[in-house]
Amino acid sequence: MYHYTDFDDAFLKERNAQFRAQVERRIDGALTEDEFKPLRLMNGLYLQLHAYMLRVAIPYGTLNSRQMHKLAEIADKWDKGYGHFTTRQNIQYNWPQLRDVPDMLDALAEVDMHAIQTSGNTIRNVTADHFAGAAGDEIADPRPVAELIRQWSTDHPEFQFLPRKFKVAVTGSPNDRAVTKAHDIGLRMVKRDGEAGYEVIVGGGLGRTPMIGKVLRDFLPQAELLPYLEAIVSVYNLLGRRDNKYKARIKITVHENGIEDIRVRVEERFALIRESFGGVDQQMLARIEADFATPAFKTASEAPYHNAYQHDPLFRSWADTNVAAHRADGYGIVSISLKAHGATPGDASSAQMRLMADLAKRYGHDELRISHEQNVILPHVHRGDLPSVYAALKAAGLGTANIGLISDIIACPGMDYCALATARSIPIAQEIALRFDELKLEHDVGPLKIKISGCINACGHHHVGHIGILGLDRAGVENYQITLGGDGTEDATIGERAGPGFSAEQIVPAIERIVLAYLDLRTEPAETFLQTYRRLGLAPFKAALYPEAQANAA
Amino acid sequence: MPKPFTPKVLTANALLEGDVIYRTAAAGWTRDLSQAEILTDEADAELQLIEASAEVATVVGAYLADVKVADGKAQPAHFREAFRAKGPSNYAHGKQEQF
Ligand code: SF4
Repeated sequence: MYHYTDFDDAFLKERNAQFRAQVERRIDGALTEDEFKPLRLMNGLYLQLHAYMLRVAIPYGTLNSRQMHKLAEIADKWDKGYGHFTTRQNIQYNWPQLRDVPDMLDALAEVDMHAIQTSGNTIRNVTADHFAGAAGDEIADPRPVAELIRQWSTDHPEFQFLPRKFKVAVTGSPNDRAVTKAHDIGLRMVKRDGEAGYEVIVGGGLGRTPMIGKVLRDFLPQAELLPYLEAIVSVYNLLGRRDNKYKARIKITVHENGIEDIRVRVEERFALIRESFGGVDQQMLARIEADFATPAFKTASEAPYHNAYQHDPLFRSWADTNVAAHRADGYGIVSISLKAHGATPGDASSAQMRLMADLAKRYGHDELRISHEQNVILPHVHRGDLPSVYAALKAAGLGTANIGLISDIIACPGMDYCALATARSIPIAQEIALRFDELKLEHDVGPLKIKISGCINACGHHHVGHIGILGLDRAGVENYQITLGGDGTEDATIGERAGPGFSAEQIVPAIERIVLAYLDLRTEPAETFLQTYRRLGLAPFKAALYPEAQANAA
Repeated sequence: MPKPFTPKVLTANALLEGDVIYRTAAAGWTRDLSQAEILTDEADAELQLIEASAEVATVVGAYLADVKVADGKAQPAHFREAFRAKGPSNYAHGKQEQF
């Protein structure tokens, strides 16, 4: 993976020293909150409902064991012994104290990490496929280019005050696990006549006005990426609306001006700046690529795997559900579920973080990934080691076999933590997971993605959940609105609103009615929820959701 | 007709810890909602808000929150304030550890 250069180290040291002085001046009253707020946000420090929250960037979700150990240490030393992994592949600490934050940032710097540009109207942490470098279906590892984009966008002088925040996602696989069509810019690596390049998608986003991104360029040669990205962001920087926060994202700029108009402007700008890059970016990329060299995969016996698979039904269920195909022979990609039934989605205790770090070191070529679905990935595990890995995970409460199933729920922090929330998300996720565990139905139900947001900002990606849940405040009471049929993959679709919302007490039974209806409606067990929905549309699910309306109409 | 003024408390976050705090009758701060001063006069409430906001080295984001009054003590009127007064629902963290 990428290691900081002396330049990176010096930059971060200076930034952290600056912030330390700013915190001191805030504490002694020399800075007012109005003056301090933009400064703390530039360093990822929010003030939430009950406490400060520090959001730490995990670039494209990649960590090594040393970094994970440091995250655990920070959780113990300055927080309440846990961290929350987010849908943007970041980690959030929910309880830091203002005085401690500079020390936390220094601790992060020791392992090449920081919290810069995890807030504000800047280019945020670049996200990528969490199976990058390991997936069987991959054209190329997207992380070197994600790292190139990270370096280009970090502290980019022109892009510190964009009209609004700006999110870039990259995937190297045709099966899009990075939700590229719901990002301001989505990049998909493609090949044309043997040449490597990108499909550039622009103007996707969820939130108040959900939009699926549009293709700006269907093939951009690899070497032209950075100047082209710079052209897009600078066109947006000028054209994007600054008069209305709700119309400031590039999705609205694209919507209002039309993709054609944006394309013309971007191409003009691109023609102008392209030469100025002079190939430096490609030299940088070549250096970065060396840091992401394929690990030295081993050849070993798979007998322990076959043996456990045959004799241990729990292991078999876990291996079937949580281990994905790897591009190297004899290897598997392990998804560690942070969704034990009834637990808070995305939370890991410091002890769990340490265990995952140790497993990565011992069995996983020292690599870990955070997925946007709030799980942790060990991307390279030899199948012969899977039984040992599973046993260790299980003992630490990390052995839940539910990846991609109904209890593998994305939930944003919601009103349990977030100052912007209109309702809670976490308890709803907990109750749904417990309910379906009790029914012992989830493996029968099969692939089903439930995603929950605690407000219209949609951090929980509810629009692209097969079942999406949005928490609202209706006249002082929590109310949950359901959307159905959303999809965050290469076939990205925004879910349809099912009808009136449900109270906190009614929402879990409502979800149960939808799922039971699906079990009745599917043609065969292999037809997934989403396939059934696409075949039949909203009507039969609506009938199951609102039986009274049905009875009244009859 | 202007809306009648409903009972309120003055609340904010503590600068150093981020904790939810409430103004007391002694012009200090408490972390316990039931110890907060209940403000029933609009002009007085606005004045207190201005004064509290001036305490830049102590508090952040002061505002007036609606409360219900039971036995002379303030109780949250809205669920958001109920969470602020108690802490998150997934762990016994925050105020529920203290009160
Ligand atoms: S969706 Fe809303 S409630 Fe949830 S984390 Fe985002 S801003 Fe907060």
